[in-house]
Amino acid sequence: MNLIGKRLPRSDSAERVTGRTRYTDDLSFPGMLHAKIVRSPHPHARILQIDPTRALAVPGVRAVVTGKDMPTRYGILPWTHDEYPLAVDRALYVGDAVAAVAAIDEATATRAAELVDIQWEVLPFVLDPAEALAEGAPKVNDTAREGNVTKHVELAFGDLDAAMGRAHVFVEGDYSFHGSTHAAIEPHCAIGIWEPAGVLTVYSATQVPHYLHRELAHVLGLGADRIRVVQPPVGGAFGGKSEPFDLEFCVAKLAMITGRPVKILYTREEVFYAHRGRHPMRMHMRVGATRDGKLTACDARTLIDGGAYASFGLVTTYYSGQLLAAPLALDAYRFRSTRVYTNKPACGPKRGHGSVQPRFAFEVTIDKLAEALALDPIELRRRNLLAPGSRTVNELAIRSNGFEECLRRVEMASGWKDKFGKLPRGRGVGVAGSFYISGTNYPIYPNEMPQSAVQLKVDRSGRVTVFAGTSEIGQGADAMLALIVCEELGVEPESVRVVTGDTDLAPVDLGAYSSRITMMAGNACLRGARSLADRVRAAVAKRWECSPKQVALAAGRAMLREDTAKQVPIAEAFTWAETDEGTLGAVGWYQSPKDVHGTYRGGTIGASPAYSFTAHVAQVSVDVETGEVHVERIWIAHDCGRALNPVIVEGQMEGSAYMGFAEAIFEEHEFRASGLHRGPSLLDYRIPTTLDTPELESLIVESIDPEGPYGAKEAGEGPLHPSIPAIANAIHDAVGIRLDALPFTPPRVLRALQEKTRC
Amino acid sequence: MPEPRLETITLTVNGDVVRVAVAPERTLVEVLRYDLGLTGTKQGCDEGDCGACSVLLDGRQVLSCITLAVEADGCRVDTVEGLAQGPNLHPLQEAFVRHGAAQCGFCTPGMLVSARALLERDPAPTRDAIKHALSGNLCRCTGYTKIIDAVEDAARVARERAGAR
Repeated sequence: MNLIGKRLPRSDSAERVTGRTRYTDDLSFPGMLHAKIVRSPHPHARILQIDPTRALAVPGVRAVVTGKDMPTRYGILPWTHDEYPLAVDRALYVGDAVAAVAAIDEATATRAAELVDIQWEVLPFVLDPAEALAEGAPKVNDTAREGNVTKHVELAFGDLDAAMGRAHVFVEGDYSFHGSTHAAIEPHCAIGIWEPAGVLTVYSATQVPHYLHRELAHVLGLGADRIRVVQPPVGGAFGGKSEPFDLEFCVAKLAMITGRPVKILYTREEVFYAHRGRHPMRMHMRVGATRDGKLTACDARTLIDGGAYASFGLVTTYYSGQLLAAPLALDAYRFRSTRVYTNKPACGPKRGHGSVQPRFAFEVTIDKLAEALALDPIELRRRNLLAPGSRTVNELAIRSNGFEECLRRVEMASGWKDKFGKLPRGRGVGVAGSFYISGTNYPIYPNEMPQSAVQLKVDRSGRVTVFAGTSEIGQGADAMLALIVCEELGVEPESVRVVTGDTDLAPVDLGAYSSRITMMAGNACLRGARSLADRVRAAVAKRWECSPKQVALAAGRAMLREDTAKQVPIAEAFTWAETDEGTLGAVGWYQSPKDVHGTYRGGTIGASPAYSFTAHVAQVSVDVETGEVHVERIWIAHDCGRALNPVIVEGQMEGSAYMGFAEAIFEEHEFRASGLHRGPSLLDYRIPTTLDTPELESLIVESIDPEGPYGAKEAGEGPLHPSIPAIANAIHDAVGIRLDALPFTPPRVLRALQEKTRC
Repeated sequence: MPEPRLETITLTVNGDVVRVAVAPERTLVEVLRYDLGLTGTKQGCDEGDCGACSVLLDGRQVLSCITLAVEADGCRVDTVEGLAQGPNLHPLQEAFVRHGAAQCGFCTPGMLVSARALLERDPAPTRDAIKHALSGNLCRCTGYTKIIDAVEDAARVARERAGAR
């Protein structure tokens, strides 16, 4: 391989550092209006009447829309269409969208939005998920079939009683994971444009242009063939832009009504209320092990606080259990998870969707088991590795698995053996491990079409253009596609154009979620590029009277492998192929293998073509006077299969570890008893700065996966998981306290220290 | 509501002298992005918390979302667009590319502006000094590691180039 695995600059980085990248809010169109959304001040209230008269009277106001203009329910999952673009009869949380006002500028729209008169009937509300389950609780979302339950999942694998019976030691406990949010620095933004010919274009900072395309068609009653979704580069997403939002429907509808382009840019406060972030979870877990440190069984029960709408909640409920069955082997496993509606902003997928929370509970439990067994926690994990090529207890097929190597790398790099249990009081180290999907094995609406596809165009100048429906959200998807084209067709990076995020121009890709793009779009691109390369090599071989196998395409040239002095510029090779074959182009697509999971109901959820593995060691110091936890360093070993570009992989590992650390120590998405967010700003919701963030050390592990392109797996989400339990376990090593509830704030640490002194 | 009176201000933006008529409440970031079309400067929070809107005002780093345009009257304003010299990237920009310090890139313009202010006052900053100088710029993608590496490296390259001259 010529370029794969090299530390190369990203193909789009020069435009990033010069301020030339055009994000959605950087776009404007002639005659563009600006709109503002009117939001509910109540956590639960019936809309008795909406009177837009005073708003419409403001000079410069062009239109007002309300729920009645788009009375069609939608939802990212086809089984839970449970929200409207604008509330039709009831608002279900503080911040629920009720109306939208379009005006000639943002200030006018903001002023007029306050003049939309709404008569409310305030209704009883419920914020706590346990209270929401109680009899007589106010019904939050009327699509729920039973009480306030979005979804209940109960699955058991193996003989739980027998496996528990074999155990000599048990650890049982309650864990609480608070909510956290994505807080991408770019706020959500969308622009709607209605063409007189009857075509709607929506620009949006979204991770899922294809799903947005479908939902726009569904809600607006327009043929999908008359809708174009354009997704400019996105300024960070992390799961927070992975479903349709109120603003996309509003700009579309307002553009259709006014005939003018309409933009909505969320305020930072609106971003917090839009949320769809990490679900708060209350977890009860019991794990048994034999006295020689062999895990036997895990029994978990989880209550999930969903907020007012389902979002991806059906999947979250499965993931909360399905994704604990590796990297450690279990003989038996049962989980019972319940997601509940409450009158708060809806939760959804945040980096490490549904599995970061139970991973915290599980890895802390493993640490407690190691303590009970007087075993080193790394050694305990080593005694429970999955056999190579095995299936987990819930029947997920694990092929490549670099977990053991991940453990070894963090153990070595951190100096674990000289530190664990040996640092002076107040300082400590902790370890944790995890695994994660490289793409969800199935699309969110059942179909058997490709999950990802590319079209490739080659022209006589030597340029190759790749068209893909993928979404560039900062993760480097465009650079990944460009790299594969360069590797396979031998063109120089400057000769590749990448066209993505536009439903008019590129074939369907399902979106930038579930860490799927490298696996799926990468494989699609590889397949298309190889079919083109075969044709180019054949044309060259014909002229050189050699076998196509003897022709190499690299560094902007076609050359004879045995005698590289014999070469032509790649552009010439392309003209030979075009002469022989006609216009050059190719498609490539990807579909996941279907034999990688169980056949039980729900067995497909959590299934993936491949799994990444991660281990972290965190080193902390704890100030016993103030309760402050200082995370000094995190060593991150991540098995990404193959690092196509190690610089980008490290960036994902560091960003993930940082985000996990932030959830452990700083961030809390909290609500007042009134249903108001406790601090919907980047000042009050404390995301770490350069001064807060620990030193992060990336250790790439390559297990070369048989399914991934060049052996690659995901790197974007897996490396977040172990941060939080590794820090919890390090705090225990430092000062002997167990923190089973997040985040690890000074008051919580001090309380635990005081309780320990009393004991 | 009476129409606010517009005031004409003069700015030297990345070396270009421009005159703009602005309402008294108009912020500098709005003038840059919407009146002058310099969309390189970003708006992440509009309340002075995230640093994405950082620009230099007479060489001093300010948050343009909480700076009134009229306050900048008569000042030099330097944005990310003014960092490169023609087609040649600034050492900071080159280092950001080399180190993969920009992921989504949304915080990058503000980060670069803050780093530039740092290097202009301290050409050989320690890692701690870099962390302090960038502590007002939030990044959600990188965990900061590669950004700090890039600034450290850019300072070294800039010193070497200055030494060579």
